[in-house]
Amino acid sequence: MGGNMMENKQLLKVENVGIQFGGLKAVSNTNVEISKGELVGLIGPNGAGKTTFFNLLTGVYVPTEGNIFLDGKRLNGLPPYKITRKGISRTFQNIRLFNELSVLDNVKVAYHSNSKHGIISSIFRLPSHFNGEREMEEMAIDFLKIFNLDGYLYEKAKNLPYGQQRRLEIARALATQPKLLLLDEPAAGMNPNETEELMNLISFIRERFHLTVLLIEHDMQLVMGVCERIYVLDHGQLIAEGSPSEIRNNPKVIEAYLGEEVS
Amino acid sequence: MQKRKQFKSFYIYIFAAIIVFAIVQFLISGQFMNDFYINTLMVIVINIILAVSLHLVIGITGQFSIGHAGFLAIGAYSAAIITMKLQLPFALSLLVGGIAAAVAGLIIGIPSLRLKGDYLAIATLGFGEIVRITLLNINYVGGASGMLVDNLTTWPWAFWCMVITILVIVNFTNSTHGRACISIRENEIAADAMGINTTYYKVMAFVIGAFFAGVAGGLYSHNFYIISPGSFGFMKSFDILIFVVLGGLGSLSGSVIAAILLSIVSTFLQDYPETRMIIYSLVLILMMIFRPQGLLGTKEITSFFKKGKSSDGGKHDGKQTVA
Repeated sequence: MGGNMMENKQLLKVENVGIQFGGLKAVSNTNVEISKGELVGLIGPNGAGKTTFFNLLTGVYVPTEGNIFLDGKRLNGLPPYKITRKGISRTFQNIRLFNELSVLDNVKVAYHSNSKHGIISSIFRLPSHFNGEREMEEMAIDFLKIFNLDGYLYEKAKNLPYGQQRRLEIARALATQPKLLLLDEPAAGMNPNETEELMNLISFIRERFHLTVLLIEHDMQLVMGVCERIYVLDHGQLIAEGSPSEIRNNPKVIEAYLGEEVS
Repeated sequence: MQKRKQFKSFYIYIFAAIIVFAIVQFLISGQFMNDFYINTLMVIVINIILAVSLHLVIGITGQFSIGHAGFLAIGAYSAAIITMKLQLPFALSLLVGGIAAAVAGLIIGIPSLRLKGDYLAIATLGFGEIVRITLLNINYVGGASGMLVDNLTTWPWAFWCMVITILVIVNFTNSTHGRACISIRENEIAADAMGINTTYYKVMAFVIGAFFAGVAGGLYSHNFYIISPGSFGFMKSFDILIFVVLGGLGSLSGSVIAAILLSIVSTFLQDYPETRMIIYSLVLILMMIFRPQGLLGTKEITSFFKKGKSSDGGKHDGKQTVA
């Protein structure tokens, strides 16, 4: 009975996943389990394979071994857009907004896969086109209000200040209505104030959208501050897993990662 | 409210189109225009259709295709076969020309749109040449000597085909489907991550573009008395590409204006055949030096009339995709 409860709560299950590029094993034998509502961190030195792991989860790469399950459904081999529709959404290490589109349109693109009006309806401007577009616009505006971005609705995404671009990227990822949100170094290039704001934003969206979050981060203050559980990746292998305090004191982690700073 | 505004501007454009049509129709039927001018007019209209159809592929979806003359050729020959060999009506021939080109677009698009940038350009260039060489070797359509075609393209046919082309492409662009295409142009990886089926939309843009290029082909073949494979070489593809780039990548009105201007320039330079290509090239070089983003840059012409809220068409920096 108790075991069943646990099963139901599990959202993501990564089973012995690995990928090989030619002779190079970028990620191997990785096992990760994330329950609903958790906020999990993924850390590791540069080149450890963290972003590759994200790319495996989102379908950019197809794993050469192992399985990935979301809510019990196998995701291996699905193209990225289908994985997004199944409920995994992400942001990127280097911001990838649709620069020439307005802030509003950036979010509307995320709503596209839920739109009901087809190409024919749009070309002939049938009523379903107008209803669909209006609904999308209202949803997008309401959504941007949550993120305090409604002051920039018609501004091109590229004209936003850096911190707001990060914010918009997270908002856009959330607009796809994911179950699991992957954040790839959300605090990269931010000053302490912006990082603080970001931490608040992450806890806020988590509550508001009942979200499960997996984040890659180098900023230890942020990782230790917000994550409940941390996975450590080094040379493509998981070397540790545990609570922030456990990770902080794990000799393997210190050796692989923090070791450089200590010695 | 937005709906009403869109409707209003829609009727303004239709009204403007009817006026332009009526004036030119009056000039033609009143015989104020000689055959030379009428022919120039047809060339302009056909070039606008071609430019706008390629604009959807390059300017909106960001897929650098340079085999558009291939679709033009398929449309031209299919339409000519319908009227000349099968003795069927002209209207049907335009439709068949479009559909034949769209089918070709689908067949060529599915494999080649996996390629990106330069590779896609080379693949589409190859496609254009394959079409030309194939036509050259089919005796049914006259091989190298070409095919005789009746002169059936009239001003109303050409003009309303152009209006329909522009309407369809504008409507497509200003919808969630157009935004999906623009998002692919802006950042394909992010578009994928947002749940956009990028392959589907790339192929869709390609097929719609090919369809209208095929319709233009039907008008083209019935505008001259003869069509031959030689007129659909890669230079023709480049001519169309130049309309789109010169008008400003991502700007539909820009490509229309560029098509009009360059068609006029090239027609009037026919009197100086020995210097024609030099002057034409100079125009392009000067243009690229002084206005590398194209005539209208990334804006639509309507955005010059209304201040504030930017229009929602496609915009991007021309330099990035060309380079």
